[in-house]
Amino acid sequence: MKPKMRTRRRAVVDTNACVACGCCVKVCPLSAIRIWHGVWADVDPGRCVGCGKCAKECPASVIAIQEVRA
Amino acid sequence: MKKRWYDYLWIVELIYMALGFFNILFAWLGMLFFCIPLIISLIWGTKGYCNRYCGRGQLFGLLGGRFGLSRKKDIPRWMKSKGFRYGFLMFFFVMFFQMLWTTYLVFSGAQDLRQVITLLWSLKLPWHWAYHGTLFHPGVAQFAFGFYSVMLTSTVLGLITMVLFKPRSWCVYCPMGTMTQMICKVKNRQGDIVTEQK
Repeated sequence: MKPKMRTRRRAVVDTNACVACGCCVKVCPLSAIRIWHGVWADVDPGRCVGCGKCAKECPASVIAIQEVRA
Repeated sequence: MKKRWYDYLWIVELIYMALGFFNILFAWLGMLFFCIPLIISLIWGTKGYCNRYCGRGQLFGLLGGRFGLSRKKDIPRWMKSKGFRYGFLMFFFVMFFQMLWTTYLVFSGAQDLRQVITLLWSLKLPWHWAYHGTLFHPGVAQFAFGFYSVMLTSTVLGLITMVLFKPRSWCVYCPMGTMTQMICKVKNRQGDIVTEQK
């Protein structure tokens, strides 16, 4: 039997296009995002569970929810 | 999530816009909305104003979110491009300096006070009811008319993009946001951060 690969969902920010408005920070239920020095949103990979609230809120739509290996 | 005092700053934005309708001189208070973000970014190198204290953003969030006045669609790609954002900032600068020039002309006596609000840089709206004379020079009132025009124009643009796209679409191309992010980028260049962390 092939071993099952565990994956988890996580928010990934396109930092080049992020406007650092902070909308994502406000809606994150786990406080897993902060604005790095007013330049872009930075996701804490340890905390993020990929719920997608930030991606939905982001006015520039630069946050994507991706499957990553756990 | 627990609400903080700064989560209610949308009320300040509403009061500001309302006051300008009754007495244009209140438009001067809008200088706070210009100066505070710049001071925060220049001193602390953050976009703390956008992130926490921007009443305008909160108002769009509230109207588009809780009141459902937004289609919640993605903003077009060109609108979030650096070219458009910095181009819009430059355009805003030019229009702002043109407003300052008009103020200067009134101060110097070369031009009379015009009691109008210019919406979207072209539509002249009568606004004479909001001017009741001033103890100061008419130039002070001219600046107020010009400044309120800037604030009303940006509010209208923000409302349009709020309806068409996501509630806080204005934040994507807000000239103050672009400018403060630019300041933060310069202040927090990689080298400086490394030095700071050492």
